[in-house]
Amino acid sequence: MDTTLTDNMSPARAIAITGSGGSGAVTAGQIMLSAVAKAGFYGLMTRSAGPQIRGGESAAMLRYGAQPVACMGDVFDILVGLDWKNIDRFIDEIPLDANSLILTDPETGPAPESLQPSGAKILEIPFKEYAGPVEGGRINMAAIGAAGAIAGLPLDALEAAVDDVLGDKGEPVVSSSRACIRAAWADTRAMTTMTLPAPAARDRWNISGNEASGLGAMRGGVRLVAAYPITPASEMLEWLAPRLKQAGGALLQAEDELASVNMIIGASFGGVPSLTATSGPGLSLMAEGLGLAVASETPVVVANVMRGGPSTGIPTKSEQSDLNLALYGFHGDAPHLVLAALDIRDCAFTTQWAVRLAEHLQTVAIVLTDQSLGQSRAVVDPPASFDGDYARITTGTPGDAYQRYAITADGVSPMAIPGTPDGMYTGDGLEHTPAGIPSSLNRDHAQQSEKRLRKLQDFDYGEHWAVQRGHGPACLLTWGSASGAVFEAAERLTAAGRPTRVVALRLLAPLRVDALREALAGAESVLVVEQNQSGQCFHYLRSHDVLPPHARFFGHAGPLALRPGEIIAELDEVN
Amino acid sequence: MPTAIATEAAPAPRAKDYKSGIKPVWCPGCGHFGALSAVTKALAYLQLRREEVAMISGIGCSSRLPAYIDSYGFHGVHGRALAVASGLKAARPDLTVLVAGGDGDGFSIGGNHFLHACRRNMDMTYIVMDNEVYGMTKGQASPTTAPEWDRSKLTPYGTGVPSFRPTEIALAAGASFIARGFSGDPSGLTKLLVEAIEHRGFSFVHVLSPCPTFRPEQKEWKQKVHPCRMDTTSNAAEAARLIQGDDGRATGLLYVEDLPVWQPRNEGQADMAKIEAEFRV
Repeated sequence: MDTTLTDNMSPARAIAITGSGGSGAVTAGQIMLSAVAKAGFYGLMTRSAGPQIRGGESAAMLRYGAQPVACMGDVFDILVGLDWKNIDRFIDEIPLDANSLILTDPETGPAPESLQPSGAKILEIPFKEYAGPVEGGRINMAAIGAAGAIAGLPLDALEAAVDDVLGDKGEPVVSSSRACIRAAWADTRAMTTMTLPAPAARDRWNISGNEASGLGAMRGGVRLVAAYPITPASEMLEWLAPRLKQAGGALLQAEDELASVNMIIGASFGGVPSLTATSGPGLSLMAEGLGLAVASETPVVVANVMRGGPSTGIPTKSEQSDLNLALYGFHGDAPHLVLAALDIRDCAFTTQWAVRLAEHLQTVAIVLTDQSLGQSRAVVDPPASFDGDYARITTGTPGDAYQRYAITADGVSPMAIPGTPDGMYTGDGLEHTPAGIPSSLNRDHAQQSEKRLRKLQDFDYGEHWAVQRGHGPACLLTWGSASGAVFEAAERLTAAGRPTRVVALRLLAPLRVDALREALAGAESVLVVEQNQSGQCFHYLRSHDVLPPHARFFGHAGPLALRPGEIIAELDEVN
Repeated sequence: MPTAIATEAAPAPRAKDYKSGIKPVWCPGCGHFGALSAVTKALAYLQLRREEVAMISGIGCSSRLPAYIDSYGFHGVHGRALAVASGLKAARPDLTVLVAGGDGDGFSIGGNHFLHACRRNMDMTYIVMDNEVYGMTKGQASPTTAPEWDRSKLTPYGTGVPSFRPTEIALAAGASFIARGFSGDPSGLTKLLVEAIEHRGFSFVHVLSPCPTFRPEQKEWKQKVHPCRMDTTSNAAEAARLIQGDDGRATGLLYVEDLPVWQPRNEGQADMAKIEAEFRV
């Protein structure tokens, strides 16, 4: 069965721009993304880079269309080579076929042989000729003009995008860039073959996943962030630092991750919603502190932007392989929340929801995103905001008998915030009595453990635990950033007459077992899709005995993103 | 010491009013009793409201102190008290933040935080009760243990490693108040703690606090401690000479200087709509 949409039907276009260090491939991608937004499209721009600190080869990959774009497709329509020095490092990430166009300047030499098996057509465009006569002209700008013309993007959108992206570099840079784009666009316009009809322009946002996570944190009320720099999470911190200050909060750069997690525990003990951001190795270092937050019932949120692991792994590229750590990395019996954002836009909602849940339930929430969400930008509808009223439960004026860890019906004990008269207590990582006095008695450990579990297990999380789409006997079950490719695969299958449902988990712990069983009811096949080697979520779901016996895992480790076509191919192989 | 003047109709709290009533886990004769007494006396002298004081600690015998004080407290994990306290102070500059711990907690597992807390110079008081041994885990050598001490089964030939010099390190790392007290002299220690709490910046109070159980020979400290032979200085080079020439048993305020205090200053209350506007296409 052919579930690959042909060019004419394709709702999306994909353009990749590659070049060596300093060639400006990523800047070109940012301008193209801004341009498609101005033309009324939704879009997604991911980037790939080598390990160099500055410079080095890079690739910008853009996909846009009339519908929101949550993943890269199976094939690119246009590949622009600003030069071909390191193209082989990206060749796996930029699949081409016979319908693809390769744009190359004959002056930079022929497109490499490694691209030939794809059958893609080579189009020679003299980027240097367009950029050369312009003072300060750059070939990446000429390439934008040429690629934009072939894709049928309006010149005014391309030029306005330059103002947006390069505006702070000053007038001379903006005008020379615009001149290069104009020259290349005018000369290439006759070759327009890939125009997409633009939807009506609406209120859209251009945002990265890391920015959206930062925004969600602030919407949730976070005003204190302490963190240690780490790729690929640092942009979230850079976005937050000035904005927290503007909003009456602060960001502390900690001396290490052990400090970051304990700093936010201190701040939250002081009554201020607090968050740290990190990636796998940093999350490992925080594990002891997170146990303390669980035991002392101090709300904290960790935004963990996953990268290739273990160890230093591949810091600049994506993988969904910290799920086991987030679920099981704690010592002791330590109930806590694990959530995952489903796409760039959802980073805002999921992080905001996580903050409110952590505050309300006085526990730890780990929010999993990854490099492919965090460091990618998208043009999206304005992110949804969580509108529930999950306040932190605090004491009014406690009486003499105040007990910080009182056993309550829902397991949440009102918290006295320092400054509250007569609420004095000592928060403790030692097991304690309801009054907070250290205790090694069986009775106290049993009572306190039970309440810490119950307050999470019995809470009504409502409908946000998963996003469910479609009906049908085939079910794709996924979480986090893999959702984009899974949703697209299901849409293609459904359009081709094979109704496919998707369950994309946003709340991974505590697992909503009954709701998930209901969502899977009647499924004749269940494929658990995730981007890691071992099927971490698959085995987690198995351990909860929630999957039917025929359920299987499909996925692979990073850094290659999961693509809709390979998911469909996997299903075809089984059926 | 002058008598505190009551500012409210309620009777002025006395030292005992700052005690929680929980019985300490410490051994009879433990030096930490003297430190606890000095802390409550200093709080009473300063007439601090109990709900506006937060006592933060890590793990170890001395780190049990917050439970024994009737203020807000947080008893965290080993070595991270200064990190908890720094986050709290950043979020709640209105609170009086005190940090208590021992030599292992502060100088070994928490050594990195000690350096950076000195350097950050946030307004808090760090009280380290140093008994040159890990008491809670039954008597192992700590960073301040002399290299030849061979009474631990873990280091039966001594550690062979020169001991850590807390006051020197604090000075080099940027602490703005460095003092040494002796738990056997609670009133002298009380005076130092009052000055430390009143000082604006990171106040490091190194308290010699004998362990009668694992270091019984420390009962000689009563004879060995002596007042510092020089006047308090605000000159770091002079302080360095003083501290380097010190036998580790000199008590008093060794160094105090008015250094920049790190404390985030917020710029107001920008609403989210204003912040979100930047994302609109």
